[in-house]
Amino acid sequence: MKRPWRRWTVWGAVAAALVLTLALAGNWAAMAQAPKPIKIGFGMALTGGLAANGKAALLAMEIWRADVNKKGGLIGRPVEFVYYDDQTNPATVPGIYTKLLDVDKVDLVVSGYGTNLIAPAMPLMIDRKLMFMGLFGLANNDKHKYARYFQISPNGPNAAAAFSDGFFELAMKQNPKPKTVALVGADAEFPHNALAGARETVKKIGLQVLYDKTYPPNTVDYTPIVRAIKATNPDIVFVCSYPPDSAGMVLAAHEVGLEPKMFGGGMVGLHFTALLTKLGPKLNGIVDYGFWVPEPTMKFPGIEAFLQKYQPDAAKAGVDPLGFYLPPWAYAMMQIVGDAVEGTKGLDQGKLADYIHAKEFDTIVGKVKFGPDGEWAKARTITMQFQNIKGTDMEQFRQPGRQVIVYPDEFKSGNLIYPYSAARK
Amino acid sequence: MSVKGRSLLVLAVLFLAGLFAFTRFVENRYIFFAAYVVLQYIVLATAWNILGGYTGYVNFGTGAFFALGVYSSVFLIQMFRAPLLVQIATGGVVAGLLGLGLGYLTLRLRGTFFSIATLALAVVLQTFVINWEYVGGAKGTTVLRPAHAPFFNNYIEFLFMVMGCLAVGSVAIAWFIEHSRIGRGFAAIRDNEEAAECTGVPTLKLKLLATTISGCLMGVAGTPFPYYLSFVDPDSAFNLSYALNSLAMPVVGGTTTWLGPVVGAVLLGTAQQLATVTISSELNILIVGVVLVLFVVLAPKGIVGLVQQFVQRRRA
Amino acid sequence: MFSLDLLLNAVVAGALLGGFYAAVSLGISVTFGLLDVVNIAHPVFVILGAYTAFTLNANYGVDPLLAGALFAPVFFVLGVVVYRVYYTSFESKGEGSQGGGLVFFFGLLFIVEVGLMLKFGVDYRLVEAPYIGESIHLGPIGLAYRLLVPCAVGLLMTLCLYLFLGKTFYGRAIMGVAQDSLALRLVGADPVRVKTLAFGISIATASVAGALLIMISPVEPSIGRAYIGRAFAITVLGGLGSIGGTLTAAMILGIAESLTSTFSGPSWALAVSFGILLLVLAVRPAGLFGR
Repeated sequence: MKRPWRRWTVWGAVAAALVLTLALAGNWAAMAQAPKPIKIGFGMALTGGLAANGKAALLAMEIWRADVNKKGGLIGRPVEFVYYDDQTNPATVPGIYTKLLDVDKVDLVVSGYGTNLIAPAMPLMIDRKLMFMGLFGLANNDKHKYARYFQISPNGPNAAAAFSDGFFELAMKQNPKPKTVALVGADAEFPHNALAGARETVKKIGLQVLYDKTYPPNTVDYTPIVRAIKATNPDIVFVCSYPPDSAGMVLAAHEVGLEPKMFGGGMVGLHFTALLTKLGPKLNGIVDYGFWVPEPTMKFPGIEAFLQKYQPDAAKAGVDPLGFYLPPWAYAMMQIVGDAVEGTKGLDQGKLADYIHAKEFDTIVGKVKFGPDGEWAKARTITMQFQNIKGTDMEQFRQPGRQVIVYPDEFKSGNLIYPYSAARK
Repeated sequence: MSVKGRSLLVLAVLFLAGLFAFTRFVENRYIFFAAYVVLQYIVLATAWNILGGYTGYVNFGTGAFFALGVYSSVFLIQMFRAPLLVQIATGGVVAGLLGLGLGYLTLRLRGTFFSIATLALAVVLQTFVINWEYVGGAKGTTVLRPAHAPFFNNYIEFLFMVMGCLAVGSVAIAWFIEHSRIGRGFAAIRDNEEAAECTGVPTLKLKLLATTISGCLMGVAGTPFPYYLSFVDPDSAFNLSYALNSLAMPVVGGTTTWLGPVVGAVLLGTAQQLATVTISSELNILIVGVVLVLFVVLAPKGIVGLVQQFVQRRRA
Repeated sequence: MFSLDLLLNAVVAGALLGGFYAAVSLGISVTFGLLDVVNIAHPVFVILGAYTAFTLNANYGVDPLLAGALFAPVFFVLGVVVYRVYYTSFESKGEGSQGGGLVFFFGLLFIVEVGLMLKFGVDYRLVEAPYIGESIHLGPIGLAYRLLVPCAVGLLMTLCLYLFLGKTFYGRAIMGVAQDSLALRLVGADPVRVKTLAFGISIATASVAGALLIMISPVEPSIGRAYIGRAFAITVLGGLGSIGGTLTAAMILGIAESLTSTFSGPSWALAVSFGILLLVLAVRPAGLFGR
């Protein structure tokens, strides 16, 4: 043999290759056994006008994901999120959801926050026959009538009216009965819808409308508007607004001295911590809609535990520290999705949709049952009145008795103080 | 047509053929949504540049013309279920008329006054639309896409192709203008309007032509939008980002030729589409802003200008 | 529903609003009216001012007005820096780069806005001060402090600026720099320094205007965009180069918005102000008091 070491080298190389192959194969086999994660995709408003709520919702959804993964995931598989910022701009939505579905290949989709961000995704969902959960959208399914769409906020089948029904029913129970009403709101999606609902309700009841106008959302000063309303001397003032104008209207009403017998309506944002603490006692007496407030009649199983987890994280993340408005619902929405996956033991979109239609779910916001159009079978929007707010300390809002539920009777936690001026003493 | 012209024509045809092939072979729908937006910006940037780059009148109100196209389509859809071609034609005419009106405004307003007036125009128009219940007003309206598209598998591919044709068409118009007496007239106005008038250039007619064509093309860019998004509301139709982008893209690309807006639209548009699905947070917008400022400070003639400088230096 | 009482209150409310609008527009009146620099990012500096006032108010309980005044020198320096960049990149290169300057400020607008979003998030911020929410009544007219104080400060700022521009050497230099820089050099003032000074002053006014803004209504980073149009409309309506014109125009706009809000419907208030602008531009482009 001329070069004996050569033979050893060849044999050594073969041995090494064998070992390497076995190791790789073993690893590959092990990986193939590891459960493939379930990917849930969505767009969410992380910048732009709705970002304050969008970020809070995302935080709640991440808490759900952590909870679920701690218990071993869904059908034994860990849950992953794939999400993109929709910038509160509807034009980004189709691109985002096609990317999620075609490139990221997500298994399930849920929506972003708000009617305008849900709407552009609908045709895609219908086209691909996907089960689609909506987060706080108004009337998104009215034209499409898609059977696999669901929406988590408790507006019920007649969404627009849900924000005014309770308010006016209460009003008509009072003594003396109010006779006149002023309607006012912002030129924007939700206030527009809610006011339309209010107009119908008001017509049915037979109240006389003394003022019915809208204002542009970037109005700086609400004093002229409030003065014009005051000049008509209405018994009821019904306002539909978004956070900056809610604050503006409340401040202006206080300054001008507007004191109808009942004041409030569909004023978004009054439940946000920033406005609760800054407006403080000026809120007393205002009757607003609500979805969940920390009253004893709404202590559903799991809500306390959720808030305990949410609140410290929220303060750190710079989002609403109390988290009473949107976060519990984002969590509940994911609870329902998770329940459906476990219940159907799979990811078949049609089966998921059928399961969700059929079942009444137990979530941290109570029992949830959907109707055929995907909205709640029965509306559960509550009407509440701000009472007993003293000073601007945030801690008082953790206690019951500040956002008192006055309608419906099922959840009533206190009596309406009528007229409005009595609550402000 | 010159040799250069003919070769560009061939390029245009190849481009359209390429788009068509894309729709046949590519399964991934995301590309079509993203590419639609980039093509749309090619049209908007080119349209803006006809008035801004060629003629020197900076228009802040792109949103007004774009939204006019969007809402005229919405109106036609709700009233007549009109086919897309009719929508495009009508949108173009309506926006062109607005452009004409704006052109007459230039009789009184030069320079920055004109630009402020375009801003005011956008606000007034938006207020009108918000109060127009038939097309949804403030809360917007859902538009149902037609179930079937002629020749294509689905409607988005069809819209993508349509937008591709519109992009080629608008670039062709810009090229035509650039190589004609009209273009030289525009440049004369841009360089010194008074001098141009004194030397007999029909400035009013040219300005009217510029504003009308520019406005018309912007409106046309907006007409497929309702079907694309299937939801229209004033905030998205009048979005400030249209004004920002249709101005930034030509500036970044280069305002003196037809190529500048195309380059700017492709680069910035693609970057934004990518950023939306990757970085996906406030950083996304921050980076676009920084890139914009860097470019405008360091490379004011745009990318086309940079390339030209580079080529000249090589030659020297 | 028309009553003298309502009319009077509407006019007064509009005037109060006008005083505030003047404070916001002063900066643009200086930069656009006197220097011919189209700083469309000015409103976002106002928002920045609102946030600095908010920070001092929320963390140290400082009265927002005081905070605005305290930060004014800082904003002045910021203005100097911004102008230096703008000058080196655009103005020194001659007339043709106007579009570039515009894009520069556009980009700056987005950068500052996003910077604020990253730092403060998008929750609405308000300030607390003992006089916010209270009002005084003079006969049939009610004046809310929340609007009265900003109006008073706005008027004060206008007066100070007017006096500065009219009575001091550098002030007069600023007035003259856009018209005739050669003559300016002959009297010993460096045009670039003068322009830098003016730009710095304009951004300093943004600090105070921002404090006023957050007193009136809640603030979040993107609300500056609504003011771009208003501020430019006011400056142009008043006439470029005229501080008094700016104040008058601001009052007119404020009152027009208020009257429309009260009597015909708030939806049209903004459209009415811009309609007035378009009308004035069509009839007399120099504005009310322009040269």
